[in-house]
Amino acid sequence: MSCTSDTHCITCSDEGVSMRVIELLGDGIACCAGADGAPAEVMVDLVGPVEPGDTLLVHAGGCSPNRGRGAAAAMKYVDEYRDAELGRVLAGEIVAIVEPGREYKIMEVCGGHTHTIYKYGVDDLLPANVELVHGPGCPVCVIPMGRVDDAISVAHIPGVIFTCFGDMMRVPGGSGTLLEAKARGADVRMVYSPLDALRIARENPDREVVFFAVGFETTAPSTALTLKRAKAEGTPNFSCFSNHVTIVPPLRALLESPDLRLDGFVGPGHVSTVVGARPFEFIPADYGKPVVISGFEPLDLLQSVYMVLRQLVEGRCEVENQYARVVPADGNPAALAVLEEVFELRPHFEWRGLGFISHSGLKLSAAYAELDAELRFEIPGVRVADPKACQCGEVLKGVIKPWECKVFGTACTPERPIGTCMVSSEGACAAYYNYGRFAREREVV
Amino acid sequence: MSETTTRESEALALIERVRARPAKFKDAQITMAHGAGGKATQTLVAGLFLPAFGGEALRELGDAGIVDGLALTTDSFVVKPIRFPGGSIGELAVNGTVNDLAVAGARPLALTLSFVLEEGLSAEDLRAEVEAIASAAAAAGVEIVAGDTKVVERGRCDSMYVTTTGLGRLDPRASLSTGSLKPGDKILVSGPIGEHGTAVMLARGEFELEAPVESDTRSLWPAVDALLDAAGPSLRCLRDATRGGVASALNERAQASAVAMVVREAAVPVRPPVAGACEILGIDPMYVANEGVLVAFVAPEAAADALAALASAPGCEAAAEIGEVKTDPPGMVLVETAFGGRRVMDLLVGDPLPRIC
Repeated sequence: MSCTSDTHCITCSDEGVSMRVIELLGDGIACCAGADGAPAEVMVDLVGPVEPGDTLLVHAGGCSPNRGRGAAAAMKYVDEYRDAELGRVLAGEIVAIVEPGREYKIMEVCGGHTHTIYKYGVDDLLPANVELVHGPGCPVCVIPMGRVDDAISVAHIPGVIFTCFGDMMRVPGGSGTLLEAKARGADVRMVYSPLDALRIARENPDREVVFFAVGFETTAPSTALTLKRAKAEGTPNFSCFSNHVTIVPPLRALLESPDLRLDGFVGPGHVSTVVGARPFEFIPADYGKPVVISGFEPLDLLQSVYMVLRQLVEGRCEVENQYARVVPADGNPAALAVLEEVFELRPHFEWRGLGFISHSGLKLSAAYAELDAELRFEIPGVRVADPKACQCGEVLKGVIKPWECKVFGTACTPERPIGTCMVSSEGACAAYYNYGRFAREREVV
Repeated sequence: MSETTTRESEALALIERVRARPAKFKDAQITMAHGAGGKATQTLVAGLFLPAFGGEALRELGDAGIVDGLALTTDSFVVKPIRFPGGSIGELAVNGTVNDLAVAGARPLALTLSFVLEEGLSAEDLRAEVEAIASAAAAAGVEIVAGDTKVVERGRCDSMYVTTTGLGRLDPRASLSTGSLKPGDKILVSGPIGEHGTAVMLARGEFELEAPVESDTRSLWPAVDALLDAAGPSLRCLRDATRGGVASALNERAQASAVAMVVREAAVPVRPPVAGACEILGIDPMYVANEGVLVAFVAPEAAADALAALASAPGCEAAAEIGEVKTDPPGMVLVETAFGGRRVMDLLVGDPLPRIC
């Protein structure tokens, strides 16, 4: 879906879906059913032994990282975490714990959280002095314009089928979007998982199929597993244009920013299923800010906000794990190992609005160089400066609210985005525009 | 109000002024989004078609144009694949056009039928669609009175495209208008939403997902007939919730009448397989196309009778009241989420599911 206006975004897949294993199809693939019983094929290489009846958390067709605990509870998994009555109770506890007159600014790092907050109206349930600031954790939003231009250039190479997640098709580069490139004749196809791209490569042996990989450590294991498969089965016409990034370097860059005013963080849940909770310990240790790693349902977020506030009120400062039902402290060693094998850190990578950040991007390792689109094709690699009017950087850092950007909602809208924050439904600007665009104190009459 | 909320309100007011400006069609080329029934489609219609063609009947932007007590409408069908669980392109071509007449308050009388066929199409496929068209037309009580056939080279169209034009007679019980909504009016939907779009999407097999979902394609005239009987002049307006789904239908009417709407998310009927498939694909069922669901806006005093009548029509057993028309903020649809918060439900941007009808 283009992850369109509504729609949380599979692209970034900081959204995960709970699915039950029906049967094992072999070769690391399992047939799984979602809450409705609909079957889907899922890569399960990373979760250790899987048996029918197990519950998995699935992102972008790759069951990365972790098994949910308690298979029996799984079918009602989603509903339980959306219970309005429990939400009201938690909201009451938040009101009771905050000190009147004190302002609390808490950043949710992950775009999936931003989306949940707006989709369910979670901030409607918070007192006025608790403000949620939307952070840099939307992988679509942090892709610089030059990389989009590079992608378009590859897409236009004769014989190439260029595959990408829906949201990336609408991200403007310096010379239009992939969607416009498609309208001009480039063969750009939307996929839901890197496995889909590999399947297209198998079905079109006379064409070069390139997968435009984006995402944090959440989606990177799915890409890595797909590349392992492609290498093992020898699909010579498949390659990957990697734009995978890692979560810790931008957080550190953010915390170093002199204009930052934050009291604490709601940490990214699904990234943590891969990297674990420990990588975030520098935030309380070096910067004195509490972190609570959170799940993605509205109740998860309310509870995480409550936990951050409780740390602040009690004068504590540590990494807490609200999402312990899926996030182990050490992450997923199998996923980390496959990342280690398939990818290596770039010396630096450019982030939209944040500039170059050292050791923040992943490229294919030497062992996978044959599948690296950046080596297979001529990539212009032109740098495009962010549009002057666009304040994506300040929005990503939480320095300004989306509506404070000079072009928000006027020159920059979801149908004609200038900045990436307006493209993905997980972007702070798009979420605010699509869902939050009414004054909170204004009654509907 | 604090200084910040004042500035925020000013920023929001500016955005509403920008949104209220007449649409300008400035795109360099047509993209799939222009056919998705959302914002890009609206811009194309309001920015290019209306300025060129806009007479009085067209400006109403109803599902059918009204001329001398007759309703006239046309629709092309390019659905891929041509057969899907619960229906096929031929059945869709009849019901889609019949429904555009029905929601304009017109009893469907006759259809014309145009085929664009791809060279190499099997006669068996064509025969199956002809039979589907004949039986759907018989079920809807309309006659096919004229037609046309064109064939294009292989690869120049995808199996077959079908265009139907429908003629209906305005029902004397109906006094429907897109701009007639008043605060307090109730919003009804005729059945579970998102079935057609989900069924077609899954039938394409692109997502390696299967679910027991069938298209809801059916004639809505019996439902409209029942509503007109029960509510008569209290029935303000109807809308066929096809492309862009219920969300787009509500937004269009909110804008046309310059009213606000509040929808109670928990009251909207969505069957679990549709909800599940949409959850996995990250789509809101409110934006998924229907081919047998209408949205009705009814004066509050007639709402209970209208809902009861609607629920007695075939396929409308799950009809529900999902919300209410409000005054302010004009042109905006808000959702009370099942979780207890509020949010905006805007027109669709982009195209989640191309070629679903």
